[in-house]
Amino acid sequence: MTPVIQAKNTDRKKRNSQAIAFTIFKLMSYSVVAILFIILGFIVIRGIGVISWDFLTKAPEEGMTKGGIFPAIVGTLCLVAGSSIFSFPIGIMSGIYMNEYATESKVATFIRIMTNNLSGVPSVVFGLFGMALFVNTMKFGDSILAGSLTLGLLSLPLVIRTTEESLKAIDKSYREGSLALGATKLQTIQKVVLPMAFPNIITGLILSIGRVSGETAPILFTVAAYFLPKLPTSIFNQVMALPYHLYVISTSGTDIEASRGIAYGTALVLIVIVLLVNLLANGLRNYFSKKVKTN
Amino acid sequence: MKRFFEKLVEGALLISGSVTSITILLIIIFLFKEASGLFHSPVIEEGYELALNKANPVKKLTSYQIKEIFDGKILNWDEVGGKNEAIELVRLSDLTKYYSEAELGSNFENIPAKASELTSKHPGIILFLPTSYIKKNFNGTLLKHETLIPGDFFGGKEWYPTASPSPQYGLLPLLLGTLWVSLGAILLSLPFGIAVAVYLAEIASMKVRNILKPVIELLAGIPSVVYGFFGLVIIVPFLQRLFNLPVGETALTGSVVLGIMALPTIITVAEDAMRTVPRAMKEASLALGATHWQTIYKVIIPYSKSGITSAAVLGIGRAIGETMAVLMVTGNAAVIPHTLLEPVRTIPATIAAELGETAAGGGHYQALFMLGVILFVITMIISISIEFIGKKKYQ
Repeated sequence: MTPVIQAKNTDRKKRNSQAIAFTIFKLMSYSVVAILFIILGFIVIRGIGVISWDFLTKAPEEGMTKGGIFPAIVGTLCLVAGSSIFSFPIGIMSGIYMNEYATESKVATFIRIMTNNLSGVPSVVFGLFGMALFVNTMKFGDSILAGSLTLGLLSLPLVIRTTEESLKAIDKSYREGSLALGATKLQTIQKVVLPMAFPNIITGLILSIGRVSGETAPILFTVAAYFLPKLPTSIFNQVMALPYHLYVISTSGTDIEASRGIAYGTALVLIVIVLLVNLLANGLRNYFSKKVKTN
Repeated sequence: MKRFFEKLVEGALLISGSVTSITILLIIIFLFKEASGLFHSPVIEEGYELALNKANPVKKLTSYQIKEIFDGKILNWDEVGGKNEAIELVRLSDLTKYYSEAELGSNFENIPAKASELTSKHPGIILFLPTSYIKKNFNGTLLKHETLIPGDFFGGKEWYPTASPSPQYGLLPLLLGTLWVSLGAILLSLPFGIAVAVYLAEIASMKVRNILKPVIELLAGIPSVVYGFFGLVIIVPFLQRLFNLPVGETALTGSVVLGIMALPTIITVAEDAMRTVPRAMKEASLALGATHWQTIYKVIIPYSKSGITSAAVLGIGRAIGETMAVLMVTGNAAVIPHTLLEPVRTIPATIAAELGETAAGGGHYQALFMLGVILFVITMIISISIEFIGKKKYQ
């Protein structure tokens, strides 16, 4: 934080306009906080009564107006796991390549531009693409595999960017020290750079999990099932997923009013996932930054 | 051996690095591949024919003309380049008005003959029949199976993919719906976003920042379907009561929800831009006797103009591509909107809502992929223009 150098100013009018402007900015900023609390508060208050052990561990019943959301929770976990298996290794390797091997080369610039472009592609386009490539062309059908690959591609730019930024934050002197001791480049990355960047990379990965678990559009045509109480037994099965379930029961269920309660509960579970992911990420970040300081 | 291993790893890393580029390439290839058939798809429903009297000089009709005729909006052949003759619309089910059931045969085996007879007798007729009922000696002209022309798609004012006999794939209502909702969103969220960015970058104490930053991260983390749900149960009824509307699902509702969703992007990018203002510039301004507020709007905001522009453009990009929240709150009426208080339908919402119920490879399916192509092109333009804006800053 830069200390504000208060210029002496005798002109009261100037000071008044400053006071007014700052108050407005302050109010606007706090209203953003208010918006968040209204959204969270509303869903928590309406949803908390719905949450119970049965709600979390049972399948939907009676046209999805009763019962629980267990299959949707399992489905979302499958999709998160599947997409992570795909996007984490590739994303981290790609980030390492861009920051350690091809720093300012044309190749790195090109890859960086492409990664940025990919992160701007709307999620529904990923859905179309996943359907055309994985479901139709590669004949995976509507399956966990197709959905995971689609979600993996979607989260790839996020993973790459986090890895790259985490690596960038590490001072050059560490790399030079390691190289001067006779370590190869690969050894330096493996033994010095990666361990230091690890906390930040993990934080980014956790945040990307949060993003993946809430995406709906990419799974619409690649995996999501409207109603499927049976749990998946292979990666070629369809699954229900939390965000899609919320969409379905709040817009097109058999009885929208009767399933409102379930909808609030599902929204709350989604919100809790996001909160947990953020808390975990922030907690890890703080924990590791303290650890680095005390060392 | 060690050398070789290092090279191998580097190669593997390079391959990983190129995955994003390959993905972009594949997206382009596959979207275009699936969409490419659109302009070869017939304007008349497959398996059907439109037949006219032989004396009728009209030999072809565009998709829009066919629709207007069957909607009863075009009533005379001279409106579509024919003679002054009233249009007589006959569908398969209408044949019973002209012939008794006995005449058509107990198993409708006489339909081909009677259809041929009817067409030859009525000069103003347009007959819509399954192809199987058209026999060799049919006494009338069959309209040529025209294909959809790009003009019908890009300039079409109606999106009505299930219309019979001629589905309408007009882009305009969807494109305008998308633009209305997105522009509304950005108008709502840009002032807020910039204000919060200024507050965070310049005014707030470290303590306040430590509260606001996680709040903004959380706002960015909430899934779009939860925003949509919140909009559906809170904002929709609220706006409906506020403006006394018949339905609360309007373009404005979409704009409000998207505005909230675009806030984190705008705030983060704008704040980052304001933080790059060199300290010397700020101090020089303050040393010249300017107040902190004057420094903000005379030095910091002009200096970070390109960053703020990027923030706005990125925010628009987010808004244009957002699917689920918009799908849930905008009412999904595919008509050209005239005010913000009407239901609209955006391009992504159309894809999400309709792709599930189309047959792969049909005209409707291809039209939805064409919408995907358009969405992809728009976001590519946005990404590239941000790249361009970012470069300009350093010149």
